[in-house]
Amino acid sequence: MGRELLLIEDEPNIIEAISFLLSREGWRVRSHSNGLDAVDKVRAVRPDAVILDVMLPGRSGYEILAELRAEPDFRDLPVMMLTARGQNRDRELAEQSGVSRFMTKPFANSEMLEAVRALVAAP
Amino acid sequence: MTTLNALIAVCLVYVLFLFAIAFVAERRARLGHVRWLRSPVVYTLSLSIYCTAWTFYGAVGSAARSGLEYLAIYLGPSIVMIGWWWVVRKLVRIGRAQRVTSIADLVSARYGKSNLIAIGVTVLAVVGTTPYIALQLQSVTLSFEVFASADGGIELNPAVNPDNTTAFWVAVGLSLFTVVFGTRNLDANERHHGVVMAIAVEAVVKLVALLSVGIFVVWGISGGLGETLARIDASGLGQWQVDRGRWAGIVILSAAAFLCLPRIFQVLVVEAGDESQLRTASWAFPGYLMLMSLFVVPIAVVGLDLLPEGANPDLFVLTVPLSEGQNGLAALSFLGGFSSATSMVIVAAIALSTMVSNHIVMPIWLRLTGGGASVSGDVRHVVLTARRASIAGVVMLGYLYYSLSGGGSALSAIGLVSFAGVAQVLPALLGGIFWRGATRSGAVAGLSLGFSVWLYTLFLPSIGGGGVLSDAVLAAGPGGIAWLRPQALFGIAGMDPLLHALFWSLALNATAFLVVSLSSFPGPIERLQGAQFVNVFQHAPGPRSWAGGAAQVEDLMIMAQRLLGAPESQALFRREARRQGLRGDLPEPTPTFLEALERELAGSVGAATAHAMVGQIVGGMSVSVEDLMAVADESAQLMEYSARLETQSAELSRTARQLREANRKLTRLSVQKDAFLSQISHELRTPMTSIRAFSEIMRDAGTLAPEEQVRFASIIHDEAVRLTRLLDDLLDLSVLENGQVSLNRRPGSVGEVLDRAVAAAGAGTAGRLDIVRDPTREEVVVDTDLDRLSQVFINLISNAAKYCDAAEPRLEISVSVDGAQVVVDFVDNGSGIAPEARDTIFEKFSRVAEHKAGGAGLGLAICRQIMTRLGGSIGYLPGRRGAAFRVELAHAARLAAQ
Repeated sequence: MGRELLLIEDEPNIIEAISFLLSREGWRVRSHSNGLDAVDKVRAVRPDAVILDVMLPGRSGYEILAELRAEPDFRDLPVMMLTARGQNRDRELAEQSGVSRFMTKPFANSEMLEAVRALVAAP
Repeated sequence: MTTLNALIAVCLVYVLFLFAIAFVAERRARLGHVRWLRSPVVYTLSLSIYCTAWTFYGAVGSAARSGLEYLAIYLGPSIVMIGWWWVVRKLVRIGRAQRVTSIADLVSARYGKSNLIAIGVTVLAVVGTTPYIALQLQSVTLSFEVFASADGGIELNPAVNPDNTTAFWVAVGLSLFTVVFGTRNLDANERHHGVVMAIAVEAVVKLVALLSVGIFVVWGISGGLGETLARIDASGLGQWQVDRGRWAGIVILSAAAFLCLPRIFQVLVVEAGDESQLRTASWAFPGYLMLMSLFVVPIAVVGLDLLPEGANPDLFVLTVPLSEGQNGLAALSFLGGFSSATSMVIVAAIALSTMVSNHIVMPIWLRLTGGGASVSGDVRHVVLTARRASIAGVVMLGYLYYSLSGGGSALSAIGLVSFAGVAQVLPALLGGIFWRGATRSGAVAGLSLGFSVWLYTLFLPSIGGGGVLSDAVLAAGPGGIAWLRPQALFGIAGMDPLLHALFWSLALNATAFLVVSLSSFPGPIERLQGAQFVNVFQHAPGPRSWAGGAAQVEDLMIMAQRLLGAPESQALFRREARRQGLRGDLPEPTPTFLEALERELAGSVGAATAHAMVGQIVGGMSVSVEDLMAVADESAQLMEYSARLETQSAELSRTARQLREANRKLTRLSVQKDAFLSQISHELRTPMTSIRAFSEIMRDAGTLAPEEQVRFASIIHDEAVRLTRLLDDLLDLSVLENGQVSLNRRPGSVGEVLDRAVAAAGAGTAGRLDIVRDPTREEVVVDTDLDRLSQVFINLISNAAKYCDAAEPRLEISVSVDGAQVVVDFVDNGSGIAPEARDTIFEKFSRVAEHKAGGAGLGLAICRQIMTRLGGSIGYLPGRRGAAFRVELAHAARLAAQ
């Protein structure tokens, strides 16, 4: 497929695991581990989909998502949020920020692949 | 006997005439026609009861004996009335304001409603007035005797009738008249219009009688004015032969008596209408006295000339016309004397009976019946009976005195003795209305001392004939003590007895009054009454206009709204209006409604206040001192209650504040707990995510390169270790925070501990970090848990290894001793920690940079807990190039010294 996915996540081992899984599915996975310049990175890469961690150094995933959604170019960009704090409140916050999908850590690999497929298939 | 019978008939007719006048006046007053009854002329004429039989007959006698001395007796009252603005006006105003019923009432009201004083003044008045009543009876009897003996030739110096029948019947008649007209009204304060009218008529009769005799003497006997003056000159009576001291004394005495005599007080103050009457009376009354005294000297002179030696000069007014055969004139003159005597007795009896019944009989009766006077009709009956009995009692006391004393003394002497007696009230009276400092004790002291001295120096000696005081006592003093001689007290002999007594009694009275007043404190009621009396002109507003019924109810409504609130009071008033069958919202102020309203108000402001307020609006009455005191008591209770409420309210708000504080703390703790759990969840899920992902990859993916297999397995291993370490840290921190830590203290050098720590940390850092130390300075001994201290050092070293971002990371560890403290600094050469982060690095899960080798963010929090436990401290050390931490701990020498 040759499609590009940007993974914004600060845990090296998790980056490695997701990259391994998605690259086998044909994704070109690029990663970024800092919250502060994450939006710039999205603008530069212009990925087909984004996986966004919530707890990032410098800036939270919610803020990044809100800023992205404010830009017309990224209004419909498929973004999946990934968080280690799977509480209802976090899900609500994510939905308010305009998230496409929401996934908690830890996840089953099959779930992750299924979610990414659904993410890009969605209208 | 014909003359006497005719005279008795005339007397009876005259008395019936007086009855008729009194009756008509009462009737008109009841019908509301009081204008002419209140005329200043009637008021002035009623004051003429000052001129009793004593002045009617005795003035001529006095002139015949002592020349012009009799004038002094008229001068005193004239001065008082001309100066009415200062004293009399004030007395009348106070009398109105306080609803005074007698002089005893006024004086006792001034001194805190003291019943003791009331009784004292009453006794003084009775004792002082009794001889005077006797005097009147004597004069009437004497004048009857003159006529009785006139049938068989003129008896010029009649002996007193030994069986006293005349005096007795006169006394009975006077009592009857007084009872009928003096006790018609229960309210002693209400004026006795009938009596006042009758004595006004009597005043006219006696003036006309005396003037007629005088005119007859001057123009009928002497043959004109010139001849009369010539006779006077010849007699020497007109010359100034009076002892000046005695003259001044009598002027003062008569002025004092005018203010203090109960009967004068009755007409002057109690019966007074309004103050405008005073203005007229102030000149008219002295004018009346002048007319009364006009012909005294001519009658005396002619009498002395005309009648044989030894004729009683006190009866010249009668005997001169009789000796000239003028029976009609003599009868008129007799009526004049009769009028003088009866008017005095009537008014005196009313005044005294009011005092006796109010201050002596009623208190005794109330005490005997145990205050069972709740039935008002019952009390009314008792009061009237008491007053009637008192009248009869007072008059009969006079009769008794007359019978016992034998009636021998000269009339005017008895009068002056009485005057001096009642004058003892003067200091307390004047002091009371002009001096706020006057006290009850002072009044009691002055009155009792003055009364005693008067009794001893004047009254008892005046009875004479070895009655009470023997001649020996009079001459040599009691038990031979010369300075206690009744008529030469303190060795002052040779003084006129009257003047002597007057001087000593009033001087000692006034002195005792002043001294005791100054040295005693007035009670609260006294203080208030004192202010009300002295400042009566500032206090009393003008006469109140009576508000109409509707206005009253509206006033009540306004007041009720203020106290009960608008809806409640409107409902109350409307309910009452419905009950009364009225259509509006305002009921009639019926007594039932007023009582109900008072009860409602009492719930808010207390019973006394409610009563005073309703009374003020409805009755227009002034608030009494007792009311005020009760109001003050209630206010004090309300204030105390409110103070208690305030205290409780303050306590409540303090408790509320503490609860709010506690709640805030709990909320903060709860938020912290949630954040902590959320944090832990995150810290646990992160390594688990990697473990799960890689283990699933290894399980599911059949074809993995061998190096990939190794790499993934080691990641799983590392993350498992990380999880274990995290759990260890959490447990460690939990134990450190919540107490159960056993410290294993032992001495050891800082160097050794550092060696162990570097070795342990080195294993994790793989020797990447260059550690700089100065072992010579590390030989400091500490006595502490060395393992825990080592844990802190390991943490700091591995942090430096993890986070120092220099190209060649280097950590300098330096040990120094600062006083009692060992100081260990860990300084690396990295870029350090941003100032804003320095405050939070010791908090749990605080991380400065992104993860490297997965620290849980609990290390520094644990370090701080450990150092606190060891009694030292750990802190960030600002001002160094890289990240710098300082650990401080007491060294062993210091501990040993302690």
